[in-house]
Amino acid sequence: MAVGESCTPMNAFLFWKGLVTEMLKEGQVRIPSGCAIAAVISRDGKRMSGERIIEAMKPMHDRSNGLGGGFAAYGIYPAYRDFYAFHFFFDGRATRKECEAFLKERFEVVHAELIPTRKIPSVTDEPVIWRYFVSPLRSAVESEQVDEREFVVRTVMKINSAINGAYVFSSGKNMGTFKAVGFPEDVGAFYRLEEYEGYCWTAHGRYPTNTPGWWGGAHPFTLLDASVVHNGEISSYDANRRFIEMFGYQCTLQTDTEAITYMMDYLLRRQGLTLGEAASVIAAPFWETIERKTDSDDRRKHLWLRTVFPSLLVTGPFSIVFAFDGGLMALNDRLKLRSMVIGEKGDRVYIASEEAAIRAMEPDAENIWSPAGGEPVIIRVKEGAY
Amino acid sequence: MIKIDAGGSDFRELNEKIRAAEGDCEVVGCLGQRFIGAGMAGKTIRVRGISGNALGAYLNGATILTDGNAQDAVGDTMNAGKIVIRGDVGDAAGYAMRGGAIFVKGNAGYRAGIHMKEYREKIPVLVIGGRTGSFLGEYQAGGRMIVLGLHADGKPVVGNFPCMGMHGGKLYLRSDCKGVVFPERVHTRPATAEDLNEIQAPLEEFAERFGYRFSDLIGAPFTVAVPDSKNPYKQMYVAN
Repeated sequence: MAVGESCTPMNAFLFWKGLVTEMLKEGQVRIPSGCAIAAVISRDGKRMSGERIIEAMKPMHDRSNGLGGGFAAYGIYPAYRDFYAFHFFFDGRATRKECEAFLKERFEVVHAELIPTRKIPSVTDEPVIWRYFVSPLRSAVESEQVDEREFVVRTVMKINSAINGAYVFSSGKNMGTFKAVGFPEDVGAFYRLEEYEGYCWTAHGRYPTNTPGWWGGAHPFTLLDASVVHNGEISSYDANRRFIEMFGYQCTLQTDTEAITYMMDYLLRRQGLTLGEAASVIAAPFWETIERKTDSDDRRKHLWLRTVFPSLLVTGPFSIVFAFDGGLMALNDRLKLRSMVIGEKGDRVYIASEEAAIRAMEPDAENIWSPAGGEPVIIRVKEGAY
Repeated sequence: MIKIDAGGSDFRELNEKIRAAEGDCEVVGCLGQRFIGAGMAGKTIRVRGISGNALGAYLNGATILTDGNAQDAVGDTMNAGKIVIRGDVGDAAGYAMRGGAIFVKGNAGYRAGIHMKEYREKIPVLVIGGRTGSFLGEYQAGGRMIVLGLHADGKPVVGNFPCMGMHGGKLYLRSDCKGVVFPERVHTRPATAEDLNEIQAPLEEFAERFGYRFSDLIGAPFTVAVPDSKNPYKQMYVAN
């Protein structure tokens, strides 16, 4: 989903009607949407192929409309686990060459290849899709006087905002996202996800009512190893964006999910908050709910979080799965305006917009429940198992 | 009973098969098909598997039975008939229902009974056996909503902000409601004998369908919430 300002509703309407023929790229046109999300994680760190998560998206087919689907997978690149895996969309060879030159000024590229895809009729107009396993050049990191992860973030922001036609859509270690314009089950087949094995998978089906010109707007959105899939539409986008852009994040696609991704990065990596605290910032309890808390430490903490980060409160409907190296967090908006169901079986935990999706992954899933609005559900893989 | 295999069917195809079946039917292998039984009358539909959102939307007299859980918006805008669910229901159960009855043995998610309404003899009834999430009965305009809290597992029978925007109908909570905060514009009281008489029939049916004793259900304190007609909404936003 996307929130825009450069495009009036009338323009969007004309575009949708085919009356504006120039293809607008993602970020130039507003795209409201419905969406479906799903996730599975093994608490024991056991890796599973992408087939199951694709199954989850099938009963939720009607929640998407074929204009965006994507997956994030963790633990899929064990051979390159110490290198950042950059997944790229390029609009052509020239852009790739330009981008590669920039990349080599900052990183050692240990391996580069086309991401394998399968030609299928339902996924068309694919950009050039590559992945690079890279290691930051120490001299370059030192000259910017930042740590390695910040260096990677700056590189991603630079490429996505300054190199026209190039887009980094995944930049973590031992993880990767795969996204496209299409229905999620087709996108999964397109990227041959059955050939990957990960301990955690998340998935998204998108329902924008307008066509994005480009694949970058599909979910998941990622930065470093963190990824977000999101069902909903936040009304605080501009307030959130204005705040986050003060800290060097560039919201290039006008989508609220991109903003959530950067907000989480800011709260967790830069501010050092815990996942639960970050959840209490973006899905803060109502003042009167805080007021009624009987645990005074807890009450003070929530007062503090709402007071210090008021611009990072996310209003409007959302259900998200925020995945990261070794775990994930599921979270609903505080009013719970979107559905989210959780189930488990053995060492696996399943999350989806609908119970049917969980049953498609695991017919015998147990302990089916729905967390309350603003109640984070955090699942971590056993230490050392990923 | 005619058996219909839902496997692989989308919602439209499945509903066409159910509609075409003469008499009662059993739908097996459901996996998320929406709108099952939409607008139907004059038959019983037994659902096996997981029904999709808006089970029994616009239901017009048919009976729908399911052993499993149901997803969001069960009985959306239903007009008549019955929906009986042995498991839990998702959010917005009984959304804008205007007649008929929904019986849920388990728990309900957020916004159960949102915008339920009534007109003369058409008084919808929603009975939840377990507990419910927040915003129970949001914008309730009519009908009777009953929450029994039979297996609350020590958790509150109802989440935050029940009865927000309530302006009609009646909410029954089988609880003394200590600690439950109701909005100012709602009046609450312990249920009187007269109040309880009004829900005797649905409670008897609930007990019979799910194997409870009616005397156990009625034998606990009930709290009734109704809109406070002395404190109307006309000055909610501006004083005019």
